[in-house]
Amino acid sequence: MAALLEVKNLGISFGGLRAVDDFEVSIKKGQLYGLIGPNGAGKTTVFNLLTGVYKPSEGMISLDGINITGLKTIEINRAGIARTFQNIRLFKDLSVIDNVKAGLHNHYKYSTIEGILRMPGYFKMEKEMTEKAMELLSVFELDEEADYLAANLPYGKQRKLEIARALATEPKLLLLDEPAAGMNPNETLELMDTIRFVRDNFDMTILLIEHDMKLVSGICEELTVLNFGRILAQGPTSAVLNDPQVITAYLGE
Amino acid sequence: MKKLKLSKTLKDNILTYGMVILAYIIMQILIGTGNVSSLMQGLLVPLCVYVILAVSLNLTVGILGELSLGHAGFMCVGAFTGAFFSKCMQDVISIDLLRFILAIIIGAVAAGIIGLLIGMPVLRLRGDYLAIVTLAFGEIIKNIINVLYIGKDNNGFHFSLKDSLSLGLDEGGTVIINGAQGITGTPKDSTFTMGVILIIITLIIVLNLIHSRDGRAIMSIRDNLIAAESIGINITKYKLMAFSISAALAGVAGVLYAHNLSSLMATPKNFGYNMSIMILVFVVLGGIGNMRGSIISAVILTLLPELLRGLSNYRMLIYSIILIAMMLFNWSPKLIQLREKYSLKRLFKKTREVQ
Repeated sequence: MAALLEVKNLGISFGGLRAVDDFEVSIKKGQLYGLIGPNGAGKTTVFNLLTGVYKPSEGMISLDGINITGLKTIEINRAGIARTFQNIRLFKDLSVIDNVKAGLHNHYKYSTIEGILRMPGYFKMEKEMTEKAMELLSVFELDEEADYLAANLPYGKQRKLEIARALATEPKLLLLDEPAAGMNPNETLELMDTIRFVRDNFDMTILLIEHDMKLVSGICEELTVLNFGRILAQGPTSAVLNDPQVITAYLGE
Repeated sequence: MKKLKLSKTLKDNILTYGMVILAYIIMQILIGTGNVSSLMQGLLVPLCVYVILAVSLNLTVGILGELSLGHAGFMCVGAFTGAFFSKCMQDVISIDLLRFILAIIIGAVAAGIIGLLIGMPVLRLRGDYLAIVTLAFGEIIKNIINVLYIGKDNNGFHFSLKDSLSLGLDEGGTVIINGAQGITGTPKDSTFTMGVILIIITLIIVLNLIHSRDGRAIMSIRDNLIAAESIGINITKYKLMAFSISAALAGVAGVLYAHNLSSLMATPKNFGYNMSIMILVFVVLGGIGNMRGSIISAVILTLLPELLRGLSNYRMLIYSIILIAMMLFNWSPKLIQLREKYSLKRLFKKTREVQ
């Protein structure tokens, strides 16, 4: 099967600092792929390169056979990559459902005039958007809180809402940046189920950064370990986690 | 659950529109029974102007989340293009209402275009920088109009930035915009009724925009720019949209303002930064992002200095004390708690529970 995401020789420097060097990865459709490494290894930088927040100094990124290197963030989102953030970035003063509807922005369109004059197109599209958003929210068990302000949700639910919003953009590839950060063991277990559910039911390919080894070994099929911006190990999860180099660098001796 | 929310925004909107219409009806009855002094009657149109300005600035400050201090500049553009149009068309279009409506549309479009042009470079900036640059643009617009001379004769229009003589008009030609003396003899088409209709149109545009797909996009940019970009929202487009709609509505207010005066001049008092700051005060006091609050605070703060006129020298002192007190009442956490504790809604609920 051809790879959905193909990254070759990706690198970026900030001044003299080589943040990511010669990063390569190939993720197949439907895979659950993990990116791990010690703090400061360049994991989030890789995400920022993949989503166009940073322009790579060199290298090539292709999604589903299309070269997306150097595109802008919104173009990359339209090409099919959506992400969540390490430090949650919700639209805090919008309601939970409006957060998801904002994610649906590019898939349900009506003109500004239709919106201002409340023409039939407005009602039709808003109704469809509401239905779709509620459907997504119920997957994450957030439908009860649809009218809450996003800022008032408990932490775990904010993380889930971020995933729901990313899914609303109908991506081919979902990037999760430390989805379990700050969650207790029970919430983490629940999150693992949710991630699997998303993969199976939305036909999604997922790349995630995570420090929680239980989550990583529990759901990831393949791993890449980064250390000081370079790939330390790559391959099936169990093999990588038993690699003595990885154990030294990351998991402790 | 979903129905409940819809009806909540709907209720909110109905309350806002209802408030405006009710105020209009009460005012009309008072005028009809002769209970309103001529001074107050003269204030009615400016009141409408300030309300429109406050609501439109709230779109930039509250919904887009960008601090703009050039709002009076856009009002100035609207005022002069609208008045210019009316002056030129005074003999051509004899129906006052039609001419006025056309003037409003032209004023709004002109201010909107200037808003778009200024917005393109300026909206790349954020926060304080944006405020300073918009402040400068507002002043520039005012100063350009102060040296602008436009005349009309049989050969068409003549422009000059020097003086009215260098226009080189034929005999029988008239100077329409006369530099610092501005435009004189604009038809007085503005009425209180027209003002209220314009307020309602402004509210419809702003409130419907907020509660639509575009409004959500604009507010998502306000709440988190990076996240908005990551879900594919075109930042530049929506920033410009909000900014130029806000400018166009300020232009409408300008046209209304211009047609209430027989001579229109661009002075620091009416189109300078003092005015921009005053509009911002309306917005901040009424609650950022709260349209109804903007209307109420614009009305109160416009009437207050007039009501305090009897106190002569102490007038501005008391005005500022009331301003501070209102600000505290609206924003201090302790007072918000207190208000919630003794709010009418709660009291009603309590009595109902007791029963």
